[in-house]
Amino acid sequence: MPFPTDYKYTKEHEWIKADGKNATIGITSYAQESLGDLVFVDLPKPGAEITSGKTFGSVESVKAVSDLYAPVSGTVTEVNGELATAPEKINKDAHSAWMVKITMKDPTELNSLLSASDYEKFVAEEGGR
Amino acid sequence: MRYLPKSPADRKAMLQAMGASSIDDLFSPIPAEYRLERDLKVPRQMAESEIVDWFRERSRENGDSYASFLGAGAYSHYRPVIIDSLISRGEFLTAYTPYQAEISQGTLQAIFEFQTMICELTGMEVANASMYDGSTAAAEAVMMAVRLTGRRSVVIARSVHPEYREVLTTYAHHQNLPLSTSPFKDDGRLDLDGLDESITADTACVLIQSPNFFGTIEDVSAIAEIAHQKGAMLVVSIAEAVSLGIVEPPRQADVIAMEAQSFGVPLGFGGPYCGVIATREQFVRQMPGRLAGQTTDRNGKRGFVLTLATREQHIRREKATSNICTNQALVALMVNIFMTIYGKVGLKELAKQNLAKTAYAAAQFGKHAKVLFSGSPRFNEFVVQTSEDPYAINSRILGHKIVGGLPLKKFYPELGNAALWCCTELTTRSAIDTAGGLVAESERSVGAAKEEVDAQEVAR
Amino acid sequence: MKHVTRKATRNVNQNEGLIFEKSSSGKAAWKLPPLDVPAVDTAALLGPSERKDLGNMPEISEIEIIRHFTRLSTWNYAIDLGMYPLGSCTMKYNPRVNELVVRLDGLANGHPYQPEPISQGALRIIKTLSECLTEITGMDAITLQPAAGAHGELTGLLMVRAYHESNGDPRKKILIPDSAHGTNPATAAMVGYKVENLKSNAEGMVDVAALTAQMNEDVAALMLTNPNTLGVFEQEIHKIAEIMHAKGGLLYMDGANMNALVGKVRPGDFGVDVMHLNLHKTFSTPHGGGGPGSGPVAVKQKLEQFLPTPVPITKPDGTLGFEYSRPQSVGRVRAFHGNFGMFVRALAYILANGPDGLRQTTEDAVLNANYIRKGLEGVYDLPYSTPSMHEVVFSDKLQARKGVKTMDIAKRLIDYGFHPYTTAFPLIVPGALMIEPTESEPKEELDLFIEAMKSIAEEVEEDPQTVLDAPHSTRVSRLDETAAARKPVLRWKPGS
Repeated sequence: MPFPTDYKYTKEHEWIKADGKNATIGITSYAQESLGDLVFVDLPKPGAEITSGKTFGSVESVKAVSDLYAPVSGTVTEVNGELATAPEKINKDAHSAWMVKITMKDPTELNSLLSASDYEKFVAEEGGR
Repeated sequence: MRYLPKSPADRKAMLQAMGASSIDDLFSPIPAEYRLERDLKVPRQMAESEIVDWFRERSRENGDSYASFLGAGAYSHYRPVIIDSLISRGEFLTAYTPYQAEISQGTLQAIFEFQTMICELTGMEVANASMYDGSTAAAEAVMMAVRLTGRRSVVIARSVHPEYREVLTTYAHHQNLPLSTSPFKDDGRLDLDGLDESITADTACVLIQSPNFFGTIEDVSAIAEIAHQKGAMLVVSIAEAVSLGIVEPPRQADVIAMEAQSFGVPLGFGGPYCGVIATREQFVRQMPGRLAGQTTDRNGKRGFVLTLATREQHIRREKATSNICTNQALVALMVNIFMTIYGKVGLKELAKQNLAKTAYAAAQFGKHAKVLFSGSPRFNEFVVQTSEDPYAINSRILGHKIVGGLPLKKFYPELGNAALWCCTELTTRSAIDTAGGLVAESERSVGAAKEEVDAQEVAR
Repeated sequence: MKHVTRKATRNVNQNEGLIFEKSSSGKAAWKLPPLDVPAVDTAALLGPSERKDLGNMPEISEIEIIRHFTRLSTWNYAIDLGMYPLGSCTMKYNPRVNELVVRLDGLANGHPYQPEPISQGALRIIKTLSECLTEITGMDAITLQPAAGAHGELTGLLMVRAYHESNGDPRKKILIPDSAHGTNPATAAMVGYKVENLKSNAEGMVDVAALTAQMNEDVAALMLTNPNTLGVFEQEIHKIAEIMHAKGGLLYMDGANMNALVGKVRPGDFGVDVMHLNLHKTFSTPHGGGGPGSGPVAVKQKLEQFLPTPVPITKPDGTLGFEYSRPQSVGRVRAFHGNFGMFVRALAYILANGPDGLRQTTEDAVLNANYIRKGLEGVYDLPYSTPSMHEVVFSDKLQARKGVKTMDIAKRLIDYGFHPYTTAFPLIVPGALMIEPTESEPKEELDLFIEAMKSIAEEVEEDPQTVLDAPHSTRVSRLDETAAARKPVLRWKPGS
């Protein structure tokens, strides 16, 4: 399973890609695989504030709901509207099917997140349990 | 015990197979001090014939063969015979919730048809598989509006069924939702100016009932406009489902909470009945209760499944839309069969008969007593105000094996000696004439007594 | 099918479309009598409120309706056809005399607001059933109002809250074991409580040390199912009750599994303060494809004043009635007096059993579950070896090695003529197979079930694909639930 090295990761299986003060957030390929076929994505509206470590939405499969946790704090600037009618895009390519774009409050928060290799190690341990 | 399919030899063989010496071995996990060493103090085992006799006796003590003018959220309509023939089939009666779709297609397709017909009748886009009853459906519909709007307070029309309002008060209490009541005017309809004033920026929804508790049809579009203008939702409760045959449904509502008892469900001393919630497609994920959906199987064949289950308690637990699990499936099937029997034309004709009987009765009662709210359209209920206490009049009517209208003093003291009367297609002209005659007699005797007093005063 | 089953045979059944697809203008299944009052001008009476059109409502004849629903019914499994081993659901025989007595004229046509003097029959039924249920549970008072188990939970927790409020502090939390049914946390949230999870110990029971650590003055109650969802009796129930009571908390019992206890042990005797029953489980009222149910709530005396209104009473003159004015009541939880039709059925069931029948029923239920356990031990993994009461929980651990999960085994069971057991619950057992036979199964049916489960286990070893593709004998198989949820089609539309 490839994990892009220019992304940062959370232990709750979100990825974040930063570009200056802006960032894009989604869930990892590992996450979509363990959730199974996704049927619904519940995302905040543009303008919403999200807080690092707190939930900002959820994804649903037929028989499960999983909360989405914000990797960093910030303000939502854009939401991927395509996912409302086509959540299967996340199953097809989780690392390009982004969920929200935000303006970060404090980009240094990124430093506490996992790198691609750390995340890969974390996933391997979790999967092996 | 005749329901238990085992011989003593079977029990012995089974215990032997598991290496137990007696049944008590299997109950050893229960600490000895709590084991019940005596018989339960319940009646002795009865033969089937004795059970039937016992309940026949209770049936005779329960107003067996009385004619009745009671409505107020529980209506007496004819129940076609085939409803019970069909729901008595063991495959419907003794089946579980249709979680295993492959062997539950009968129940699932029936729910899908039920949802469709409820949508057709209410003018909504989606309907659920049922709720407990009209009162809890109304409370859950209000909670739904609270979640959808993110607002907290609720405005309730005073003309909503008083017990529905009580239930909502119970449900809202620990959610800390401020409730306020909006009054009705002299014409029995909601006071629109008062309503406008009571809606604030924190009002999640307005809850009305139409036809309302007095049988009066509300001006739903005007109410919807007022609510929507201030960003509040409109939740409409429908307690008398037969009204949908002739009364325009509240299409402007955001959520409809219905009691479908009128559609083929026995009065049964108040339950089980059949609540339903219907709404617009965009709100479906905040709707409580089970939903059947159409899909295909692996060979492309049409089939049905329970769907959007992530809203429910068995998946979302404390974050679920509601804690509801068991609903009223078999009662919904009665409703479904009733709707199928009457259908497009029959429901309308049925509703028209209700309207005609009620119009006749209101005219008869109106000759001697005061019929309130006469300026507004009504369906099959009306309020009669008398000079004498309606309990006293009713006790005389009861002597003719007729149950009179529901005295309203308990719920609406401001209406004085008022009672709520209901006529359906089952109400006979002779019952109306008898009851109307006794009400007229009461008015005449009170009038005569009053004249006598007046005459005495003049003489003095 | 590789392994021939002795229970089921394939047979032809009829296809049937949606009712709307058979509708055509002018067909009718109804006939009204002639009107005995003058006809009315609806437009004049209703004005703009008059409805002109009923849309796509069907028009069908009576024979078509009979065939439609009869055909649909044949696509269902039912208790009347065979064993329904759904754990925690108690799918027992639904006696037919219950259906007869509930349809007696005075009971079926009684109006909830009819005057009390002509409601004495219904009130007598309510009183008698209340007395039986308080005796069976060992509690002091009861309300029959709640419409189902979850509604009973709501009513019970409202009373818990009212009790604590009357002592000056409603408290903040409800403790719920991780093995609990989903309605428990959902209910706690509705009553404004925070849910705190309680871990189970290695025997699948409440971890008493963890409970001691988590119990404090913020906890309003513990919601406990006993026997729990593993079918295990909480042997330290007395300690659990003591821990709760010592810190002023209450013990709530979810009575979903009461079928293991009736006539053998009473929750009121082992420290329960408030509990609900499911008349549609323990007391034989039919499930009807998902309801109606009834969820009476029984309480100890200290909670009696908080019962929902109205409360049935005996008046000074000896007649029965309702009391509406109860200042400390939690209020009304539904309109009218509860699911009365379920009271009639439950009471008929109790009368048919008597004390000896109720006890024998419980013993047979426990005997049946243990017989299945014995028959399948070694064939399926038993994650908790603690003794079972009325149900037993296996896991798919052995079969999962071949890629076969509990749901696959469940679907294959359909081909063998059985309804599946409860899958994937309780959550503390990964890949759970939760089996509750109830007392209604004869030894022969249990033997067939054990045989079928063993045969499936063999198939998993020899030919897992057959199990993975099951069911093979049903009208439809493995419906696409993902598509149903992604693009919901929740109603029929013309031309669809």
